Amino acid sequence: MSQPLTLFQKVWNEHLVTQQPGAPAVLYIDLHLIHEVTSPQAFTGLREKNLAVRRPDRTVATVDHAIPTLPSKDGSVAGRLAFADDLSRKQIAQLETNANQFGIRSYGPASSQNGIVHVVGPELGFTQPGMTIVCGDSHTSTHGAFGALAFGIGTSEVEHVLATQCLLQHQPKTCEVKVEGKLGTGVSAKDIILALIAKIGVGGGIGYVLEYSGSTIRALSMEERMTICNMSIEAGARAGMIAPDEVTYAYLAGKPFAPQGAEWDAAVARWETLPTDAGAVFDKTVTLDASALEPMITFGTNPGMGIPINGKIPTTSDFSESSQQAALEKSLLYMGLKAGDPILGHPVDVVFIGSCTNSRISDLRLAASVMKNRQVAQGVRVLVVPGSQQIKRQAEAEGLDKIFKDAGAEWREAGCSMCIAMNGDQLTPGQYAVSTSNRNFEGRQGKGGRTFLASPLTAAAAAVTGQVTDVRTLLDE
Amino acid sequence: MQPFKNINSRVVALPLNDIDTDQIIPARFLKVTDKVGLGANLFSDWRYFSDGSPKPEFILNKPESKGAAILFAGDNFGCGSSREHAPWALTDFGFRAVVATSFGDIFRNNSLKNGLLPIQVDPTTHTLMHELLDELPRAEWNIDLEAQTLTLPNGTSVHFAIDPFAKTCLIKGKDELGYLLSFASQTAAYEQTHHKQQVTA
Repeated sequence: MSQPLTLFQKVWNEHLVTQQPGAPAVLYIDLHLIHEVTSPQAFTGLREKNLAVRRPDRTVATVDHAIPTLPSKDGSVAGRLAFADDLSRKQIAQLETNANQFGIRSYGPASSQNGIVHVVGPELGFTQPGMTIVCGDSHTSTHGAFGALAFGIGTSEVEHVLATQCLLQHQPKTCEVKVEGKLGTGVSAKDIILALIAKIGVGGGIGYVLEYSGSTIRALSMEERMTICNMSIEAGARAGMIAPDEVTYAYLAGKPFAPQGAEWDAAVARWETLPTDAGAVFDKTVTLDASALEPMITFGTNPGMGIPINGKIPTTSDFSESSQQAALEKSLLYMGLKAGDPILGHPVDVVFIGSCTNSRISDLRLAASVMKNRQVAQGVRVLVVPGSQQIKRQAEAEGLDKIFKDAGAEWREAGCSMCIAMNGDQLTPGQYAVSTSNRNFEGRQGKGGRTFLASPLTAAAAAVTGQVTDVRTLLDE
Repeated sequence: MQPFKNINSRVVALPLNDIDTDQIIPARFLKVTDKVGLGANLFSDWRYFSDGSPKPEFILNKPESKGAAILFAGDNFGCGSSREHAPWALTDFGFRAVVATSFGDIFRNNSLKNGLLPIQVDPTTHTLMHELLDELPRAEWNIDLEAQTLTLPNGTSVHFAIDPFAKTCLIKGKDELGYLLSFASQTAAYEQTHHKQQVTA
C-alpha cells in the first residue's frame, strides 16, 4: 500500500510541474482570480515584456475592493461609479481594459454576477475540490473550504501566473485543526475561527497549511466552512483546507461552471480520493472543543485578540513576555479600552454586516433573524452589504432587504465595502464598529476607526441594542 | 530589480510584534496603478498627524532614520493583507533589509521579489540586537548576503538562513519570471496530462 497522504499533500503532488534541485517547486495553478487593486502593475509587467496571458480560460476577474456600494438613484452602473473617486474609477476601468485586451472573463460592475472575488468564485462553481487557486488577495484561503489549495499572492506573482500559469513555491508544513462537539445556540462558524486564532495567535499558523477536521466541521454548511477557511490567513497560515464531502458536492451540483453530466460523475469520483488518508501524518495538531465555545468578539487590533462575549479584556499580568504586554497596552490605547473591563455593553456607533468572511446568504439570514421586528438602536449606523449581486437578488427574493430596511439599516450593492474602507464606506476617527469582517487592524475600517470583529448574529444584536450584546439574550426572548 | 549589494547602514528600530501590512501602507493608498512614490505614505497613520504634518516622535521622522536601509521589527512582521505595495513602500523609502523573528508568508515572498531582504533571527539574538540598538542607536550594521552574515557594531557576526534560489535571484537582481518561463514546454506537457478542469472561457 502506498504511503498515506494528507489532503494538502495530494493536491500539492498533483500540481507539481517540476522541481529542480536547489530551487522551489514549479506549481501549476488551475484557477487564477484577479481584482482591480492588486493586478494593474502585473498587466503593465506583461506589456513591458511583450507577454500574453498563458491561460485566459483559467483566469477570472471581478471588481470588488474599490467599487462603491451606494445604490445609484437610477440603478445605473455609471451612477454608482459616480460615488467613486477618480483614482478608483481609473483602477476599475483599467481592470476592464486589461481583461478585454488579454481575453479574460470579467465580472465587472455592470455584470449581474459582480461581487467579492471570494464569493463569486464559489457561487459560480469556478472553485472546485482538488484545484490550486490563487489571487492577489490574502483571503483566497476561503476557497480551501472545497478541498482546494488556495492562497493569496503578491502582484509579482500575479504576473508570474498570468504569464506562465505556474508559481514557484516552497512546500509548506501541515497542521490538522480538529474541531469536535456540537455548537451551542447563537454560536457559529465565525466564533470557531475567532476562538482558534485567539488560541494559536496571529502568527500561530506561519509556514503551515491548516486542515480543519472533526465532527463540528463535517456538520457545517459550505458557507460556514468558507467563513472558517477565509480567516486562516489571520492565524498566519499559508492556506486552510477542508476535505470535500457530500455537503461540498451538493453545493457545487448545478453551479454554472461546475462539471455537468458524465463529467460531473467523473469529477466526484476524483474528488472522493482527496480526503486525508487514515494514518497520514501532520507536522502539528491543534484541537478545539466546539461545545465549550461562546460567541466571540475581539477587543484589540489584531484578530488574535479575541475573547468570549461575556469575558473580560485581558490584563498585562495575563502575558509573560514584555513584547506581548506592550502589544496589549498599545492596542488598548488605540481602542480606548481598559484592561480587565468587560466588553459586554460597550457602546457601538456602526455595525457592518458583509465582507468575504460573512456576506453570504446564510449570513444575511442569520442577521435578519435577529433584526426582524426590531429597530436599529438610536444613533447607530448599520450597513448590510451582500457579497455579490446574486446574493443581493436572493436576499431580496426572500424579503431580507425589507427586514433590514424596516429596521433602519442601509441595504447596499455588493462589494468589499467597509471591510477595507477603500470605496468611501468607512468609519470616522474614534468610532466603534461591530463588524463581521476579518481584520480589526488599526485604521482598517477607516483612519482612527475601532473594530470589534464578531459573527453576523452578534453584529445584528449590536445593531438593535446599540452596544456589544450577547445575542443569546435576544434569541431567548 | 537591482542586484542586492552589501549594506552598511544605521538601523531604524520599530520592535513591535505583528506589524500588519495595513500599517505599513494603509489601503487608501492602494488606488494606484503603478508602484511609484509609495515611500511617502510608508507607515502613514503612525507617521503623520491628520493634517499631514509629521509626528516628530515617530522613528521614521527622526533625522537619524534618514538614509537608513535596515528596519528592525518584532515578530510576524508584514502579517495580514497580500499587498505588494508594502515592500514597494519600504524599498521606495530606502529600506533594503528587515530584521525580525518571523515574517508573514506573503510579505516575505513579496519582499524577495523586490530586492528587500527579510532576515529572520531567533528570539535570543533578537533580544541581544534590541539591547545593542538601545545602547548604540546610531551605529551601523553590516549585511553581507553572499556570506549570509549580519555583523553588529560590537563585532558579533550573526549567520542568517536564506533559501539558495532566492539568494541567487537577489544577488543577480533577477526576477523569477525568467526561470518560470524557461519551463514552458514542461508546463505544456503537464497541461496535456493534467485532468481537464472545468474552467472555460
